[in-house]
Amino acid sequence: MIPAPRLLKFAGLALVGATLGFWAAKGAHLGWSQNRVPVAKTDEITGIVFTTYEERFVPGVEFLGTGLILGAVCLGIAFFLRQKKPTASNS
Amino acid sequence: MKKLVLASLVSAALAAAAHAAPTSFDFKDPKGVNTLQFSLDSVLEPIAGTAAGVTGTVAFDPANPAATTGKIVIATKSLVVPNATMNEHLLGNNWLDAAANPEITFQLTALEGTKTAGNVTTAVATGKFTLKGVTKDIKVPVKLTFLPDSFGKRINKPEVKGDLLVLRGEFMVMRGDYGIQPGKNEDKVNPEIKITIAIVGSAPKA
Repeated sequence: MIPAPRLLKFAGLALVGATLGFWAAKGAHLGWSQNRVPVAKTDEITGIVFTTYEERFVPGVEFLGTGLILGAVCLGIAFFLRQKKPTASNS
Repeated sequence: MKKLVLASLVSAALAAAAHAAPTSFDFKDPKGVNTLQFSLDSVLEPIAGTAAGVTGTVAFDPANPAATTGKIVIATKSLVVPNATMNEHLLGNNWLDAAANPEITFQLTALEGTKTAGNVTTAVATGKFTLKGVTKDIKVPVKLTFLPDSFGKRINKPEVKGDLLVLRGEFMVMRGDYGIQPGKNEDKVNPEIKITIAIVGSAPKA
């Protein structure tokens, strides 16, 4: 059975990696998350530039921040639990 | 003979009057291009969005643009920003209260300082702007582009006759003046809202 500190360490690292990877793969957007993405188009006859929206999710900085903080919390707890583990010299 | 001359004169006068009458352009666009764009600075990035629910009519005579009249209406609930949570806040009670204030309107009262070059007229539109139930007189620099016989071409039916009128303008309003969170969170959300319009009206001919 995998010890809890190690499991938490892996979970934290996986969360940090997955969050960074997903955020980067979706365009590394440095603004707020978007549930729809504006796309500029031009009407040929009038020359009007207008906006339509593509319904797709783009993670923003709050998504990145939440994922990194949760990952860091997991790593922190893992580190804390490992520190508390009794050593052979203490027993 | 006199009757014939009189009839001819009346016909000519009616024809001239008909020609001089302004054309009514409908801004409910069949292609769905018409949008109002708005933007206000905020923390991290500007809050920018659009409103596609544009309707209204403008009566325009290219020979006499100063006589232009009209009203443009925006459906408040058609305002959209990319972030769904922000969208809810924008239409909610604390911001625009879209349920109680379903329309944003601009009623043109005068077109001043008109200058026409070719088919383009620039002017300052004076009118009553209503936002969140508050009406104020504002002035908006506008550009009107008259596109004769372009309606059919635009809808891919060249056999259909009609004209187009493109209306462009940009102006700023203070959100506090219209009861939108007056004096609140100004360090996070700018009190100034930039509004940009680029819309087309159609006047098909029977």
